[in-house]
Amino acid sequence: MIELRGVSRAYGANVAVRRVDLSVPAGQLVAIVGDSGSGKTTTLKMTNRLLEPDTGDVLIAGESVRALPPHLLRRGIGYVFQRIGLFPHLTVAENIGITPELVGWTRPTIAARVAELLELVNLPAAFAHRYPAALSGGQRQRVGVARALAAKPRIMLMDEPFGALDPLTRDALGAEYRRLHERMELTTMMVTHDVLEAVLLADRIVVMRAGTIVADGTPRELMNDHTDPAVRALMDMPRRQALRVAALLDEPEQSA
Amino acid sequence: MNDRLAAAWAVLPLYLGEHVLLSAAAMGLGLALSLLLTIAAVRSPAVRWPVLLVASLVQTIPSLALLALFYPLLLALASVSERVFGRGFSALGFLPSLLALTLYSMLPVIRNGVTGVLGLDPALIEAARGVGMTDRQRLLRVELPLAAPVLMAGVRTAAVWVIGAATLSTPVGQTSLGNYIFSGLQVQNWVAVLFGCVAAATLALIVDQLLGLIESGIARRNRVRGAIGALALAAGVAAAALPGAGAGRSTYVIGAKSFSEQYILSALIADRIAAEGGAAARRTGLGSAIAFEALAAGDIDVYVDYSGTLWANVMGRSDVPPREQLLRELGEWLRRERGIEMVGTLGFENAYALAMRRDRAAELGVRTIDDLAARSGSLTLGADFEFFARPEWPALRDAYGLEFAGRREFQSTFMYRAVESREVDLITAFSSDGRIAADDLVVLDDPRGAILPYDAVVLVAARRAADPLLARALMPLIGAIPVDLMRAANYRVDRGDDPEGPPAAARWLADEIARRARQ
Repeated sequence: MIELRGVSRAYGANVAVRRVDLSVPAGQLVAIVGDSGSGKTTTLKMTNRLLEPDTGDVLIAGESVRALPPHLLRRGIGYVFQRIGLFPHLTVAENIGITPELVGWTRPTIAARVAELLELVNLPAAFAHRYPAALSGGQRQRVGVARALAAKPRIMLMDEPFGALDPLTRDALGAEYRRLHERMELTTMMVTHDVLEAVLLADRIVVMRAGTIVADGTPRELMNDHTDPAVRALMDMPRRQALRVAALLDEPEQSA
Repeated sequence: MNDRLAAAWAVLPLYLGEHVLLSAAAMGLGLALSLLLTIAAVRSPAVRWPVLLVASLVQTIPSLALLALFYPLLLALASVSERVFGRGFSALGFLPSLLALTLYSMLPVIRNGVTGVLGLDPALIEAARGVGMTDRQRLLRVELPLAAPVLMAGVRTAAVWVIGAATLSTPVGQTSLGNYIFSGLQVQNWVAVLFGCVAAATLALIVDQLLGLIESGIARRNRVRGAIGALALAAGVAAAALPGAGAGRSTYVIGAKSFSEQYILSALIADRIAAEGGAAARRTGLGSAIAFEALAAGDIDVYVDYSGTLWANVMGRSDVPPREQLLRELGEWLRRERGIEMVGTLGFENAYALAMRRDRAAELGVRTIDDLAARSGSLTLGADFEFFARPEWPALRDAYGLEFAGRREFQSTFMYRAVESREVDLITAFSSDGRIAADDLVVLDDPRGAILPYDAVVLVAARRAADPLLARALMPLIGAIPVDLMRAANYRVDRGDDPEGPPAAARWLADEIARRARQ
């Protein structure tokens, strides 16, 4: 579905991504993890041309992303990012309906889609006429996800989508998104620095370091066996944390 | 009600209407240009710096100078257009004022617009791109709406500036609330000066509040608020436009420079034209050079100038021929070179003259400029704004070897006050000025003939040269105003006790002319 072929991108003398190849089959949820500066966000943004690669190409459904003008490409790809970027002068309904409006859907169709999406992201229908300033952080990101899904994209790109939320909201929203991903048969690339989130949500984890992919596999594969010591240390962290948490519990809940 | 206040009220609809129309047109044009430049500036840093730099530079030009600069510029353009397209346009009045004020309005709007758009949260820009907006959609749907409150604050600043600066359009021939201020200052009608200031300030405040209503309407997304502000503004401009169709093209336009004598003579000519059955409009308070160019371009039809001024400033001559020869050469030159008809002299001279308090002259033993020469090293000379730039000054200085200890420049009302209060020892008075007699000043003789003759001459634009009505109106004035009569008329205005000012003095002068003609 998504195929990155030898893409590179430099900011001046600083090379952010070097010759990355990555193929994401339809229906997969791929998490890209790595330290800050490892090139994961740059890789994501080259997929919907928020950044243009210096070399290489990105193909979606077999066709180069350069076949379309960037704005038309982006209307077909959902994009969610940590800072959300809801338009403060538009209501929740207008924010969610923006891409369908740009694409030229009729008003009744947009209204119906907004209602449907509010329900999907578990927001009350009455929120449609509120302005973003009247929402909590978690509610705003639910609107952000609904906006990205509005024009029925097949692909979702998410850049630290739940990074700024409190842990409970973050966990709940992550799980809810995973169900949406399945139900709507999406293909998702999600950048996160949280290995636990990647392990719990993704079908596949790609680890980046200094602009290249250093590991690529299912959560199970990467957690159980990897030759690179840094990758092993990274992927082992959820387990070590789980053990430390378990040690704090007074009595084991299960002894199976 | 006070007579002066009543007189000021009477012309308020005209002055205010013109002022509103000019300001509104300048704001409308300025806003359109500013928005385009703002858009270009936020899109490209290569455009941003030049645009902001030029807009800031314009702001550093004093607004009066900016207005004055547009006149010669437009005059040149008009003559080019006349040659190329066979059609000229008026370079006086509305157009130069409009362009200067338009430029003047742009900086605050552009600066606030650029700041507003560039200051937006980058997340909003990323989101706008992410949802698939084109650059244009992003601008119209996200950037401009969100920057609108900041932009509107700039519009408010611009509106207040423009309404204030529009008072300065009077000297380039545009009627505005500045007419109160300029003519009031000239004829010492402080009621009129204050009235003009208060009217302009009130207008600025009201417009600022209405724009504030629109601004808060935008900020709070309250359509009703914004609409009320916009409707009130539109209604104000429409009301100003209604009586605006007054002065048609068949009207005779009389020019006047910015001093009492000119106000009186323009009123006198207007009355004469009206008496012959013509319609007359006055463009008063014009700069000296502007009045002549306006006549040459046909923007005004008739005005009074002085032979020496035209000889030195327009013809560029530096010799000092005898009076009759100068008048003859001047008349021929005007007809030949500029197509202007010099109808004749009014009968008095308004020359530069060095004048001092009688007691001071006696104390120093000075009667002629020759006597003065030996003493000039310890004396201070007060002059009007023009004098030191005119050929009279070097001519006088070189002929008598004058070397003053100090030189100061004044608006002429204050120049007389300065010699009166002994702040300066002598001044460059005008020979027809009523204040010479009133203030008991003595005029120093010019035995070496260094000062040009300054006969008051009536000039008529080429297209009115053969106009019978105008000829009938002007003829009775030729040679009919001796200097004592003009001095007396000027003094009626300058001593400031005639509430109706120049028009009343003009009527008094007309009566005196008629009385003397009967004798």
